[in-house]
Parts: sequence; structure tokens; C-alpha cells
Amino acid sequence: MNSFPRRYHAAVWDEPLIMEQGAPGRRGTVPPGPIEAAGDLLPEGMRRTTPPALPEVAEPDVLRHYLRLSQQTMGMIGISLFGTCTMKYNPRVGELLAARDQLAEIHPHQDDAAIQGLLEIVHEFDLMLRELSGMGRFIFQAGGGAAAAYVHACVTRAYHESRGELAQRRDVITTAQAHPCNPATAAAAGFNVITLPVERDGYPSLDALRAVVGDGTASLMINNPDDMGIYNPHIKEWVDLVHEAGGLCFYDHANFNGVMGRIRAAELGFDACMFMLHKTFGAPKGGGGPAVGAYGCTPELEPFLPGPLVVRTDSGYERRENEAGVGRVREFLGNLPQVVKAYSWTLAMGADGIREAADISVLANNYMETRLLAIPGVTKSFDHLTARRLEMTRYSLGEYTEETGVTAVDVQNRMTDYGVDAFWLSHEPWIVPEPFTPEAGEGWSKEDIDYWIDVLAHVMEEGRTDPELVRSAPHNQVVAQIDTASLDDPARWATTWRAYRRKNERENERQNEREVTA
Amino acid sequence: MAHPYMPNSTPDARAAMMRAAGVTDVDELFEQIPADHLAAEPIALGDGVRAEASVRRHVRRLLDRNDSCAENLNFLGAGCWQHYVPAVCDEIASRSEFLTPVWGTPSSDHGRNQAWFEYASQLGELVGMDFVGLPVYSWGAAAGHAIRMAARMTGRREVVVPATLDPERLAVIRTYCGGEGGEAIAVVVARHDPDTGRLDLADLEAKVGDATAAVYLETPNHLGVVEADAAAVARLARGHGAETIVGVDPISLGVLKPPSEYGADITVGTTQPLGVHMNAGGGVGGFIATRDEERYAREYPTLQVSLADTRVPGERAFGMTLFHQTSYGSREEGNDWTGNSVYLWTVVNAVYMALMGPRGFADIGATIAANSAYAARRIGTVPGVSVRWPSGFFKEFVVDFTATGRTVAQVNAALRARGIFGGKDLSADFPELGQAALYCVTEIHTADDITALVSALHEVVAA
Repeated sequence: MNSFPRRYHAAVWDEPLIMEQGAPGRRGTVPPGPIEAAGDLLPEGMRRTTPPALPEVAEPDVLRHYLRLSQQTMGMIGISLFGTCTMKYNPRVGELLAARDQLAEIHPHQDDAAIQGLLEIVHEFDLMLRELSGMGRFIFQAGGGAAAAYVHACVTRAYHESRGELAQRRDVITTAQAHPCNPATAAAAGFNVITLPVERDGYPSLDALRAVVGDGTASLMINNPDDMGIYNPHIKEWVDLVHEAGGLCFYDHANFNGVMGRIRAAELGFDACMFMLHKTFGAPKGGGGPAVGAYGCTPELEPFLPGPLVVRTDSGYERRENEAGVGRVREFLGNLPQVVKAYSWTLAMGADGIREAADISVLANNYMETRLLAIPGVTKSFDHLTARRLEMTRYSLGEYTEETGVTAVDVQNRMTDYGVDAFWLSHEPWIVPEPFTPEAGEGWSKEDIDYWIDVLAHVMEEGRTDPELVRSAPHNQVVAQIDTASLDDPARWATTWRAYRRKNERENERQNEREVTA
Repeated sequence: MAHPYMPNSTPDARAAMMRAAGVTDVDELFEQIPADHLAAEPIALGDGVRAEASVRRHVRRLLDRNDSCAENLNFLGAGCWQHYVPAVCDEIASRSEFLTPVWGTPSSDHGRNQAWFEYASQLGELVGMDFVGLPVYSWGAAAGHAIRMAARMTGRREVVVPATLDPERLAVIRTYCGGEGGEAIAVVVARHDPDTGRLDLADLEAKVGDATAAVYLETPNHLGVVEADAAAVARLARGHGAETIVGVDPISLGVLKPPSEYGADITVGTTQPLGVHMNAGGGVGGFIATRDEERYAREYPTLQVSLADTRVPGERAFGMTLFHQTSYGSREEGNDWTGNSVYLWTVVNAVYMALMGPRGFADIGATIAANSAYAARRIGTVPGVSVRWPSGFFKEFVVDFTATGRTVAQVNAALRARGIFGGKDLSADFPELGQAALYCVTEIHTADDITALVSALHEVVAA
């Protein structure tokens, strides 16, 4: 048994930018030459005259550069209990399947007859999600959870327009604990957003909803449980209230992991829901996509879905336009490699495995809670609520910060020094001070969970004895703590190398001028 | 039996955690959920398949029913294009470190953030712009966001787009422009000149005015034609106080001018040709780039990384800039919305651009221009088959089958029987073009490929 903590240090290569590497004339790849030489084929005024200032680097050097950058990336090589994102194992068999020519080298405009296998997977996976949710149909066009929320906002628009009520139904109701994508996509689709504050029970009261719902209500967009692990037991009454007023109800199922196999969105009365294949269904995150927000709805809303829909016919599977639908939210059917990975994951898990995963997720979270609350300085959000939380719990380091001056962000940074990925704090708005939100899911062993907790306790103790050590963390990472001062300064921010050089040349010139003047 | 994906699916692990949590039955932990919320019937999916070999064989058998562009000869483009993907791109895309991260910190996911910065920096060189956001879902999404940026900047609610626009992309743009009672931003369609395939400047002039937030054009346009009058379009837009948004395929930018040189204010486009497989349309991504001016920067809906200092003198890190204006920072008060996007492809795009370098882009552009011109010339020799605009195009061109007396659907069905995916059928979306198809020819095509296509077309139209 190794002593605690394990020794760890991130790879440090001091890797220069690719733009600072190479030498004139080097080639990283050589495209095939033309079939036959041709003169100037393009309109004269549109031809490029100055080559782009790209690096000239040989193939092995490009490879090693990006391998080094990969080594300078923690990803899920460490322990990542990043709440709300359900960091679970991504089976690599899915990667091998998705890399096959029969998926990677498929063109989206190929004839339906040429992609029957793919369409069958899309259809079969749709059926699996229908079984898990009770919905009537799923589409995979949305490239992430936020995009699926946007699908709902657009479907809502089309639904009310078809009934001649769009001008009147301007309000989308959500809660302060809903993911920001819900209010943001509603606003982008042209709706007014009403955000209900969280009350003493951990969710807004039915009376608060009653006060805002009415013939101006277009839709409710809500998650349940929320990111504190609190389940709103009145959700059926919420749905009934909104329905009585003529609005739609959308279930953001980002937090499905703790309830999968136990509840069905349609049985609770929801008109639509969204699953994230890159969270709950085992597809990888990729650092932020490609992802899929699978959007499902009842048969009543199906006419408004963006097309094309995949349907099974007597002669096979086909893509069918949805004439009254919202057109497209994104080109083509969606990120189908992620659908294939999620389908493979669901096959491997089965009904028994999915139920067990929810059990383990909730059990692991409650186990964590027992241990975390034994650490002095860790408190639980809404700790007057005694009922067991689901797959995650939001905690606070507020008391600890008051005591030590060390913040949750400081602790987060220092934990990376032990090979632990930064924990999740909270979406805006923060309703508890110095929040942190771990989620163990079913993919991390008890040993990893224990190690994570031990590191947190160790770092908090460090913060008491040597606060500066934690405030100035990380110390064992690829690079030290970022100086954020330049990030929002127009004179200094630089999203490209050319902007950086331009701004810093000026800075250098100014400095030179100052020196000359002095 | 323990499940291989679940380390804690052993009786011992469960028992230890249950003991610590003080429960004897896991169901006790679900006490928050009222009984009448529980599923009426158990989930009727099969039992899990723990043997990876079985899962793999099952899914592989389904996928093997697809005919891919690898073993067939493909001439489909129209929003997703078959280019050669260098092996190094696939190697880097499969690295677990890039495949799995979620958020991280600038210190612990430094390598990924640096790759993102290298993506933005290299793309900025191609398009000639120095502020580049991290990508969005697709070209259509990028155009949609850019139009919304222009509307916010100008306070106007109209965008003028070309009639040649890809209907798939136009549908996305219309969705993004939607709002109360139809369109919050009116989409005005400007005609193209049937003789050239380019925007009709006179029609454009009639449609651009004081209400125009932006003129959106693409070059080459969806039908492959280079918009030779792009500079005049930009001048016209500027004259009316409108923004010029230009959509480009970056693979053309080794031989075609960067949009900044002919007056683009915002450049958008696709990232898929830069080292990403087609993936049945799951390879697409879109970018947004502008001058580094606050007027533009403060309207971005995207995340973006900025090169910054660390606490150690001389050390660099890459952090999020202008985060507060995103939906993560400001919910509905932010610019549009952001979320998971296509950031793994961003890393791949960076690798691809680094491999290509300035000469690679010049070479591939020259090859694509030459190969597509070569193919068009030879296709035009087939009886009854003509190329609608036989010069001034890049990569894609319109082939007219009307005089053969056959529909594109018939031609394509016959080609498919010969292992060839013919060009995208335009007859429904662009009926004025007749029985026309959009053919895509890239650096992957050889003289033999074109000969095979032309021979097949001879047979098909003679049959």
C-alpha cells in the first residue's frame, strides 16, 4: 500500500506554440497533385496573393507536439467527479466501432438504401429512449444539451404558432436551479424568461408558480432533481398547472443518472424531455463535444420536430421530412457517432445495468456525503432538509473560507496537484457560498471516491496551516495559476497568435518609449 | 456478476457503502421520489450484454450493412465533403486525454487549451482575422449566430442572403432568425444571375437598405461558383451601414483570398474539411471570426481562449476571455447561448492546419481547382450532359442532365448500381436549374475515378 498522498506531477514540456515551431520548406503532409496541370482557374480578383502565416513543420514534429499537448491534459486520466456532467467511463469499443469506414466515411446525402444499418441503429436507439422516457419519438440533431433546449424553444414556438397563440404566449418559466441553457435558449427563441427563485424546501413553491402561470405561458423548462440532489415532489402538480394554462412542459434530464429506470418523463406528464448521450449514455465529452442532446416528445408535438425523421417502413428505414416542423436546428441527422456509442453502451448495460447504475450512483453519493460532512468546514446546501439526496449533493465551503480565507476555487486548484480533476462549483447564480458539487456516478470505484475525499480533506488542512500554499496553487501542474487580469481587457486579450503579437509589439514599443523618455 | 463498466457493482463495494451511509436497502435512498412518480411498468429493455465481443459483433454487423464512400466512388458534397484525413489527425483524435475531458482548469488541461488557441490562431491566418471564437455546432449555426450578432450591433432586423444558399443551411439560419410571430430577423433572399451563378448585384442593391443588419454571402457559393464580385457586395453593404458576413470553406483559402481582403466584417464557415471525417454528417462544425474590435468581440456567443500570463514570470496559460457575456455567465442576458460544441474536432483542426502549412493549403487548393475543372470538362463530353457554369468554380459544380431525358434520381440510381454515388440532386430545391446535380471533386479523386464516372454516365444516358 502506498502512503498518502500518492506522488503526482503533471507532464511539463514547456511546449512552444506550433506557430513558433518549424522551418521554411518543411512539410507535414503533401496532398496529391492535380490530375493534370491547369492554369489560373479562379477569378483573378479573388486569388490569394499572400500565403497564410501557418507553421511549416514536418509530420513527426507535428505528431509529437500534439502528443505532448495531450500529456499536458488531465482529462479523465485522473479522478473526475465533476457534478452535473456525470463523468462516467466511455467504453473504448464505441470508439473502435465509430472509427470504421461504415460510419466515418458515410456521407449524409447518401441514399437511404445505402445506410440501412445506420438508420436501424438510429431507430432502435430511439426506441430505447422511448422505453426509458415514455415519449413518442426522439431526434438526435441537437449537438448538445443546450441545443436540445433550443429545439424545445423552437418546437414551443411552432406549436403555439400553429394554434394562433404565439403572440399571446410569451413566457417561458424556469427556476434558478435550472441549467443556464434553459433560460438562454428560450430568450434566443424570442421568449420572455421568468425565473422562479428557490425557496426553503429547495425548490420554488407551487404558489410561486401559480402566481406567474397563465394564458401568457408558453412553456415550463425545468430539471429534476436539481444540482443539489433535491427532487421536487410536486412536479406533477407543476405540470398540471402549466397544462391547465395551455403551456408545454419540458424536462431537462441532465440529471437523469440517479433516476434512470425509476421514472418516466411522459408518465409525470411532461410533453418533451432531453437526454445527454455524452453524459448519461457513456459517449465521451471530447472536452466539449461533439455531443448529442437527444430530444424526445409526445406524439402531439411530433409534427413540430425538426426533420428529417427516421421511420421504419415495410421496405426498410428511411429519412422523412417533417413538413410542419421547425426545419433544422443543425444540418443533417446529428452527431451519429455519439448515437452509435450510446446505443452500444445501452446494449451493454441493459435494463438491469441501467437500474444498477442509478442505484450505485445514488448510493455512492450518499456514501460520499457521510464522509464529506465529517470533514470540518464542509457543509451541505439546504442542510435542514433531511431526506437523502440523489446522485449528487451540493456542498459549501463558506464557513471554511470565512475561517481561512481560502476559497472553493483555491481548493479546486490545489486538488489538481494530486491528480484530481477540478470539481464542479455551481452554475450561475450561486445560491450557496463557495459551492462545490461532486458526482460519483457508477464509473468510479470506491477506492477512487475515497481518494478524492482524502485529497479534499488534506487540501483543506493545508489551507489551515499554510493558506498561501493553497491560494497560490497549483504547484504540480503543467503551468502555474493563470493571471486572469488580461482576459477581459481589450488591450490585452488575444484569442489568436496574430492578435497577441500585435498587442505585445505595441506594448514593447511603449515600453521602449518609456525607457527612452526616462 | 459485476459489470465491467461499474467498479462498484460488487456485493462488497455496495455493502461497504451501504453500511457507511446507514441504509440496509438501496431503495431507502430514493425516499424523495413519491411512490406515484415511479415508473408504472419496469423498463422493458433486454438484460445487459457484459461481453464486449458480443456488443462489438452486433453493432459491427449493423454498420457493415452501410455502403461507405471508402469502397464506393463518391461525388457528394453539399455541406459535408470527402477529403483525405491524415493519419496523425486520427491518432490525436483518439488520445484519451483529448477524448475525455469535460472542463478542467487552465493549469491542468493546459495542453487542450493550447491546442484550442492554436486552432483559433491558424484559422485566423487562413481567414485573415485576429479574433476567433471556439467553434459552434455547424456552418449553419455559425451563420445564424453571426447574423444575430449583426442584428444586435446594428439594431436592425433584416438579413439578405443569396438564393443559391444550401437549403439545409438556410433552414438552420431561418430557425436562428426566428422569433415572435415568424421571424425576429427577416430573411430576404437575393437572386443570383442565371448566366454566371453569382449574386445578382442589381437585385442585391434593390434589397439592401436601412433595415439591413447584414448581407450574408458565401464564396464559393453552395453551387460551387466563386463570387467574383464579393468586394462590390461588401461595399454595397457598408454603404448602407450593414455588416458583411462571408461564409467560406477554409480548404479553399490557400488559393482564394481571405475574406478580410475583400471587406468581410464577420467570417463564418465549416471546420469539417480540416481533418474531420464526414461521420454521416456528424463531423460538421462551424467557426466565427472577426477583427479584434470590441464592437464584435462583445457580441460573441461562444467561448474562446486567450493567451495569458501565469504567476510564474514568462510562463503562458490559456484562459476563457469574455466568459461573462455567455449564457454560462449571464443566463438569458448573455449573447444567445453556448454549451457543448465540437471541441474535440477543434484539436483535430489544429493538427490538420499544422500538417498542411502554407504550402499544403496552396497545393490542395490548386489540386481541387484543377481536378474539379478536369472532371467538369470530361463530364461535359457525355451526350446530353452539360456543366451549367463551366468556369470560375471551386470543388463543386452543377451538372445538368435535362437534355438526357432522365431525372437525376434515375441517373443516380443507375450510378449506384455501378458503385458510384452521383452528385447531390438539386432538382427539388433548385427547379430552375432543371434536372441538375451538384458534383464534388476533391484531392482524393484520380484520373481513373473520373474515367470510371464518365464511362458509367455514357452507359447510363445511352441505356
